[in-house]
Amino acid sequence: MPDLTQLTLTQVRQQLADKSRSAAEVTEAALTRIQATEPKIQALLSLQAEEARAQAKALDAQGPDAAKPLWGVPLIVKDVLATKDAPTTCGSKILENFRPVYDATAVARLKDAGAIILAKANMDEFAMGSTTENSAYFATRNPWDTSRVPGGSSGGSGAAVAACQCYGALGTDTGGSIRLPASFCGIVGLKPSYGRVSRFGMVAYGSSLDQIGPMTRSVEDAARILQVIAGHDGRDSTSVEAPVPDYVAALSERGDLKGLTIGLPAEYWDKGLSPEVAEACGAAVKQAEALGAKTVPVSLKLSEYAIATYYIIAVAEASSNLARFDGVRYGLRDKSAESLIEMYVKSRTQGFGEEVQRRIILGTYVLSSGYYDAYYRKAAQVRRMIRQDFEAALTQCDVILGPVCPTTAFKVGEMTSDPLQMYLMDIFTISTNLAGLPGMSLPVGLGRETGMPVGLQLTGRAFDEARLLQVAGVLEKNVPATGIAAL
Amino acid sequence: MTRYETVIGLEVHAQLKTRSKIFCSCSTQFGADPNENVCPVCSGMPGVLPVLNRKVVEYAAKMGLAIDCRINRTSIFARKNYFYPDLPKGYQTSQFEQPICEHGHVDIVTAKGPKRVGVTRIHMEEDAGKSIHSAHDNASYVDLNRSCVPLIEIVSEPDMRNAEEAVAYLKAIRSILVYLDICDGNMEEGSFRCDANVSVRPFGQEAFGTRAELKNLNSFKHVQKAIDFEVERQIDLVEDGEQVVQETRLFDANKGTTHSMRGKEEAHDYRYFPCPDLVPLVLQESWLDQWRSELPELPKAREQRFLSQYGLSSDAAEVLTSERDMAEYFEAAVAAFAEPKKIANWLMTDILRELNQTGGRAGDLLLTPQNLATLVRMVEEGAISAKSAKDILPELLLTGADPEELVKAKGLVQISDTSALAADIDAVLAENPKELADYRAGKTKLMGFFVGQIMRRTKGQANPAVVNQLLAEKLK
Amino acid sequence: MKISPEEVAKVARLARLDLTPEKIDQYAGQLDGILGYMDKLSELDTSSVEPMYTPVDQISVMRDDVVRKDFTREEILRNAPETDGAFFIVPRIV
Repeated sequence: MPDLTQLTLTQVRQQLADKSRSAAEVTEAALTRIQATEPKIQALLSLQAEEARAQAKALDAQGPDAAKPLWGVPLIVKDVLATKDAPTTCGSKILENFRPVYDATAVARLKDAGAIILAKANMDEFAMGSTTENSAYFATRNPWDTSRVPGGSSGGSGAAVAACQCYGALGTDTGGSIRLPASFCGIVGLKPSYGRVSRFGMVAYGSSLDQIGPMTRSVEDAARILQVIAGHDGRDSTSVEAPVPDYVAALSERGDLKGLTIGLPAEYWDKGLSPEVAEACGAAVKQAEALGAKTVPVSLKLSEYAIATYYIIAVAEASSNLARFDGVRYGLRDKSAESLIEMYVKSRTQGFGEEVQRRIILGTYVLSSGYYDAYYRKAAQVRRMIRQDFEAALTQCDVILGPVCPTTAFKVGEMTSDPLQMYLMDIFTISTNLAGLPGMSLPVGLGRETGMPVGLQLTGRAFDEARLLQVAGVLEKNVPATGIAAL
Repeated sequence: MTRYETVIGLEVHAQLKTRSKIFCSCSTQFGADPNENVCPVCSGMPGVLPVLNRKVVEYAAKMGLAIDCRINRTSIFARKNYFYPDLPKGYQTSQFEQPICEHGHVDIVTAKGPKRVGVTRIHMEEDAGKSIHSAHDNASYVDLNRSCVPLIEIVSEPDMRNAEEAVAYLKAIRSILVYLDICDGNMEEGSFRCDANVSVRPFGQEAFGTRAELKNLNSFKHVQKAIDFEVERQIDLVEDGEQVVQETRLFDANKGTTHSMRGKEEAHDYRYFPCPDLVPLVLQESWLDQWRSELPELPKAREQRFLSQYGLSSDAAEVLTSERDMAEYFEAAVAAFAEPKKIANWLMTDILRELNQTGGRAGDLLLTPQNLATLVRMVEEGAISAKSAKDILPELLLTGADPEELVKAKGLVQISDTSALAADIDAVLAENPKELADYRAGKTKLMGFFVGQIMRRTKGQANPAVVNQLLAEKLK
Repeated sequence: MKISPEEVAKVARLARLDLTPEKIDQYAGQLDGILGYMDKLSELDTSSVEPMYTPVDQISVMRDDVVRKDFTREEILRNAPETDGAFFIVPRIV
């Protein structure tokens, strides 16, 4: 009999709707679980327990509302997303005491759907990192093995979901930051197509790459959250007006994978995968074939250029996006400074961690006079070529499959000495952000060697999230169950 | 002095009269309490995003159409990155490689004749906030009401060769902006700002000299003085064998001089790149057709019409059309009393003098065009002497009073009644028998004396023309 | 050497960051490696390729010229490190 906190979002949502559980009961169970697990994993930067309790009480007084698809469901939100009157630090000291007076659109939509936001999740500072070790506060631990990283930058969200602190979380993904922690933590993570979910209220890192997405314990859970947050927002000029399909309904339209063509890029499979990852992902592909899918080799020959392209574009945009953190209107200000420029320099130097400073400098450099054409403009050109590469491959198949990461979660501290090594971990996820396509991570079992979760990545055509969810939903039922981390 | 040629280019920043800001919905209303017209977007809070105001695009395109620019069907917004407390995001969203308009021109008239000044480009951008500096508590106070107010930057070719041309160009640009009703054109309030790039080179040299950028030019007079001072300063430097430094210089209105802004000028690297939060702006032909059809009669066209329709002198036509307010005032007055030349005369002398003194605009005058027309009519019909009219004009301007009533109240109704005047004339001639005799003896200059006496006797209210006529008859 | 310590220092100034000499050297070394890696892109012929600055295809996204006031001044100033309730206050700008 699973613990209340171990239910999926879909299950608890139903129990709340038919009143077999009250919102207060569910919220309280989550808060208790948080208290029990936080000392071991440190997934959260701030907890809004009293607000959550008050909200649950108010909801119970009104009674379940069929018009609110997430009525009473406790969720957690990555600390890069603005939550009105609650701390929003982006994992940085520079925003230590910042409380925005607005909600991110995605957060507001969750609240309007009746969800209860319990807490803000830890992350790599300003989403720059792949392990959550770059948080200015503390490192989050993987619930499957607390000597290992949960992945990043949405590591707090990933760990929180995996540890059953909540029924789902919002993460953000600029180069793999939803998919990688989902993979390392054995949960589902979805990065929607660029423009599918409004970026308003998401503190910008790489503006042309960033997306918000769900991290959950089941595919259906992810579909339910995506349903609420997706769709055009007049406050985001890059959000698309394309209609939002019924993702949940789409899931029940497919029981197998007949008629589906799966693309397997050599660049993703021949690339020095650890044996356990190759095995678990390979088995999943075999399952897909057994379920009726056809597999074809496809070529993504520009894959080797993706990391260089990504890092030029992301850091350039970031260097500009982070200029607003100057101590004038909010955030950390060094009050000992006697002049304005001293105030700027001291506040920013104290407030930003090392990785952030490194990327700001790199970004400033690639945009600077004399280098713009060689770096930024060149990267933007290669970016178009990479997208064309994907579009061509996706004319030969419906979905591309590959591992999320060559390895499972590694030990804390293992990767922090060489930044370039760290960047190379994003090798499989990064192209999806460049191309603006949707990508998912689906847990396909525990690695034979480490016992750590392995994630399979599904990449689809633009705005084809419904198909991705369908395929993932079918596979989910036909691969070894990952289960719940014993924490 | 004549061995050097001055080269001047002007950058105008015009605030557009939209209701809301360029990238957010805050009000652009001038004069609000500090930070009242501010939201998370225009104060650069974390996670906020810009959304373009379509009226800004319309206004920018209309200016481009009005000055014969090529309107770029596709234009891009770019970030101009630098740090300043009144620049909340640490970058200004502007346009760089692909502005909305390019390659236009404005025709001006100078003492030497007409001249065409090229306009390199017009682009849209957001304004920054304002800071007030306090010396005594070593702090600056930042108000973001103006942050994100829409601007168009109009950049001229370096076609001007002296301060007069520069001022003529600025007046022409401002006039068009006001005619289009897209900008207030108010230099004092800051809705029309101008920086001047000034350099000198020996006559005949093709290469430009090093230029200095002049800022803090808050009136046309400042522009003219600053340029004149700067030209002399640069020529002096060059003649002494020194280099002109490329720098920004502030105009000091009190001293009439320019001085360098900073000791050590670090060249700005703005690191322009296309703003990833905005998408390309592609103008549809139907929008341009619509905007073109909505353009009002522009200053030059109106000037031509005033010449032909009202038969005004070219000087009058130019002066009266230079400000849209004034042109409309003129036409409203003429509509009330169809004597364009007479009305033009009044406007160009007394009224303009008044406006120059107060710094006001024709549209603000309390004396309505209809009332001015009445005043002029009264003079033409002889109901009041021209002198009396000029005398009461200040009060009319001050109070906006009805001229007919004021004339009556002050008892200034001119005496044109021939029989009444005949009596006065007889009286004066009777009182001055010696002068009458001298006049008849040949001292015809005494006519003036008699007129003077009659004017005195009638307290200046006698119609001089009628007096002269009657007197001449009597003295025959 | 793709990026010298002097260039790192100059860029840091542009970005309003203060780096110790050790940090400058460290960053110079790391950035050198990263920039060297980015040189890979010169292997590709992009002469006929339009740069792609955003993945979305939409154009001319605009809103109507309508005024809204959704936030009070107090909310805007609430997170200010120094304010008198009307202005943001900073050390004197020169």
